[in-house]
Amino acid sequence: MKKEIICTVCPIGCHIAVEGEGDNIISMEGYGCKRGEQYAHAEFAHPVRILTTTVKTDSEKTPLIPVRSDKPVPKEKIMDCMAEIRKCLAKAPVGVYDILIEDVCDTGVNIVATGAVK
Amino acid sequence: MVKTDVVVIGAGAVGCAIARELSKYKVKVTVVDKRDDVGGDASKSNSAIIHTGYDAAPGTLESQLVVAANPMYEQLTKDLDIPFEKIGAILPAFTDEQFESLPAIKEKAFKNHVYDVEYLSKKEILEKEPELNPEVKGGLFIPRESIIDPFVLVQALAENANENGVDFMLNTEVIDIKMEKGAVKEVVTTAGIIETSYIINAAALHCDDIAAMVGKADYKVMARRGQFYILDKNTSCKVRNIVLPIPTKITKGKLMTPTIHGNMLVGPTAEDLPDKEDVSVTTEGLDSIYTDVRKMIPEVNIRDTITQYSGLRPNRNPEGLHVDIYEDVKGYVNLSGVRSTGITLSVAMAKYVAEKLKEIGCELALKDDFKATRKGIPCFHEMSVEEKESIIKENPLYGTVICRCETITEGEIVEAIHRPIGAKTIDAVKRRVRAGMGRCQGGFCGPKVIEILARELNLRTDQVAKNLEGSYMVIGKNK
Amino acid sequence: MYNLTCDVAIIGGGPAGLSAAVAAKKESGGRVLVIERDESIGGILQQCIHPGFGLTYFKEELTGPEYAGRFADEAKELGVEFLLNSMVLDMDERAGTVTCVNREYGMTAITAKSIILAMGCRERTRANIMIPGSRPAGVYTAGSAQRLVNRQNEMVGKKVVILGSGDIGMIMARRMTLEGAKVLAVIELMDYLAGLTRNKVQCLDDFEIPLYLSHTITKIEGYQRVKGVYFAKVDENKKPIQETEQYIECDTILLSVGLIPENELTRKALIDISSITNGPKVNQYMQTSSENVFACGNVVHVNDLVDNVSTESIKAGKFAAQYAMNTLPKEEKAVENIAGENVRYLCPQSISVSPESEKVSLYFRVLHPDQNVKIIARDGDKVLASKKRIRVNPGEMEEITFNTGYISGSSVTVEVVKEGQES
Repeated sequence: MKKEIICTVCPIGCHIAVEGEGDNIISMEGYGCKRGEQYAHAEFAHPVRILTTTVKTDSEKTPLIPVRSDKPVPKEKIMDCMAEIRKCLAKAPVGVYDILIEDVCDTGVNIVATGAVK
Repeated sequence: MVKTDVVVIGAGAVGCAIARELSKYKVKVTVVDKRDDVGGDASKSNSAIIHTGYDAAPGTLESQLVVAANPMYEQLTKDLDIPFEKIGAILPAFTDEQFESLPAIKEKAFKNHVYDVEYLSKKEILEKEPELNPEVKGGLFIPRESIIDPFVLVQALAENANENGVDFMLNTEVIDIKMEKGAVKEVVTTAGIIETSYIINAAALHCDDIAAMVGKADYKVMARRGQFYILDKNTSCKVRNIVLPIPTKITKGKLMTPTIHGNMLVGPTAEDLPDKEDVSVTTEGLDSIYTDVRKMIPEVNIRDTITQYSGLRPNRNPEGLHVDIYEDVKGYVNLSGVRSTGITLSVAMAKYVAEKLKEIGCELALKDDFKATRKGIPCFHEMSVEEKESIIKENPLYGTVICRCETITEGEIVEAIHRPIGAKTIDAVKRRVRAGMGRCQGGFCGPKVIEILARELNLRTDQVAKNLEGSYMVIGKNK
Repeated sequence: MYNLTCDVAIIGGGPAGLSAAVAAKKESGGRVLVIERDESIGGILQQCIHPGFGLTYFKEELTGPEYAGRFADEAKELGVEFLLNSMVLDMDERAGTVTCVNREYGMTAITAKSIILAMGCRERTRANIMIPGSRPAGVYTAGSAQRLVNRQNEMVGKKVVILGSGDIGMIMARRMTLEGAKVLAVIELMDYLAGLTRNKVQCLDDFEIPLYLSHTITKIEGYQRVKGVYFAKVDENKKPIQETEQYIECDTILLSVGLIPENELTRKALIDISSITNGPKVNQYMQTSSENVFACGNVVHVNDLVDNVSTESIKAGKFAAQYAMNTLPKEEKAVENIAGENVRYLCPQSISVSPESEKVSLYFRVLHPDQNVKIIARDGDKVLASKKRIRVNPGEMEEITFNTGYISGSSVTVEVVKEGQES
């Protein structure tokens, strides 16, 4: 598999061409620094993202509470996680970093509040 | 079935002025309009000027009504609490040809009984209007040309009419008119049938469609689009007077004027369109305004625009303002050819139409309890500190500013929703209290106004519209 | 009238105001009051639920609410006071009085030894860029839509076209997609991205949202609600090329076409405003042309990173507190900062030089993208500082730092020149 990755480590935004399969990388061209190389490797083999969204609450005044994944989730699982989070209803009070969903979609990642509801 | 004496079709300036005039009499009046709010089409997108009629065609009905209407505004705007200011207009002449045409303009004004037009020398006109192109050779001053809030004018007329017993049926489109024995009998609408003895067609752009329903379509109405810019109150170049170009044979041209709220208004274009709904703005149209107005006001800063809009003025073919009654359609009064002077002449037209109604047999006896005055919505940002203090004490909603650009409070918005002929949509709120009329154009207050409308009218948020049916703001709760 | 007095009054409880409040309190220990129009503090960060904040300031990736929360917690712990639901209507900067309106207290006058302006900015609208066409419902600025979706739980539409590749626009592209809408295009007038590359990768590329550079909307269609947009490629003068016009059916248009500092109060107080930044002119203390009025954050100039806002606001807080205590260094001379080659503006616009030499950082944006350049700050022929940059972009703020002690003339010029071509 061949993939072009735009490096986001710094604002330069190197275009890095990577070829290989999973962790087995055959070639990598275009990176400008060591950190870029590491980024491209990870982004090629196991792309992950911090997922942020909102969860509905039972408070009338604050209908939504912002949430995030406490660790990055695999990119391909993002839409599955969204579907799971959509089902969640947070009961007030909620504090910052309260866990609202544990181990979302078997990713080992928790969904935690980033705001509070009284 | 609704039963009434007089149906007024169209809730624009003319329709509402007629309704208010008729509300002085012991007669049941119903106004129908297909739009969500009073204020019509043409009445809400124009140059917001109360004309003197100096340039009308002498001897015409239009001249007669505009000239008669202008002096009425002084009292009317006091009675109905409408923002109005007699700032005067200037006509600058830049070429020899224009300069030489001034006496003819003054003479025409005289024929229209506008006797107070004055000549201005180069020095005088530049003193009056320092932003004018210094090439100006001189010009004319027309002292009674005035500016008004055209939204509030129509709302005030409608509210006052309503308080005096007139019914308003909005979101109601007229489908047909039924006659019996050569006289009007029923108005068929999307909201049901209205039985009536008299019908006044004040449907402006659509008055030909209404006339066709009684078989009197001997004219056509085309839309003449006018595009405008509104400039920020802080714009770098402001004029003090209404600055009118000297008209050519083809066009009245494009003007620049302060608005009653301190913005600058620049425009309009004049484009004949086949479509009576096309209120879009175009790059060509907007560019042409800038090109033309810059000749008079070189420093006009179009980049300070906070909005652009289009209005459609009804362009009658053949031309001319007409108020017609017919032997074979008894009880029917047809208004056509109301154009850019419509706002101004509305109040004189109302009296004229009342006379016509009498002429065709409608009995108009004065009421004893007609209430001639109306109070506007208290305007927080115009109050003194003490007045602000006391209104917040009375109603804490006045202590929450919703529209930060125009400093409009929740109290004003809630009042706009709940008064007679109250605001039901985002645009209706905006046209009553100016929330969203400022430089951010509702970016900050828009989401809050949706919430307030939903709360006050007990609607779901996806039922809150910008204006017409189908102009929903949001599609529903996300979660 | 309800009257309050304090040492430092801060107008605005967003990231700028909160950072300034923390710094002012730490510097002076006096009474610091934040006046906020919303019912809660945090400003725009409350709706910026996405990550990407704090990477330089906290060295970790936070979301907007977390970032604001850290400063809010610190401010509360330090004893900063807050006046919520209070909209400032007037400022009499000579008397040091700010008048605001509050539902509970009515009209309220706050008299302070120094005032910090931290009102933030607003979004450019459809009208500012004069998009032709009809005026239906469904045209939102990206920030308004963000508020509706993230705070009010309202979905604004299903089929979305975004004009402008600013960060908020791209972030809303992802946000709308995650919530089930289809984002059909992001259209950018310039031939380069307006926002950060990271956002293009994670907000557009991740969801295969097409980005059209050098394109613009030529017409909006629909009378009640948006029905669609026409868009076309633009030529080198940014004029649409008719033959390239395409149509997309959509019900929503989001605009991410720039931000404007919100300076109505500043203007009313006749404080000098830069015609380029649209914000008050400041010196390195973030002090405006009124000596008791300081300013920070997006009210001064539009930042791309909140981390920079905090850095700048901490200065404003610290020096406003010093002003209140009468310990601000005495100015010996004022030096003007001049934008040289490929520099759009400099912030601060001037430097107050005192006998004590101090480090100053000048922040700026380039006019056009470039590569392999040298940033040079000079005082006449004397180079005060210089540094190399592999790439510069108008979307990303640049900075150069030097010591005031080196300045001997009356102005400092900053330029961005091709490496090897510097004179």
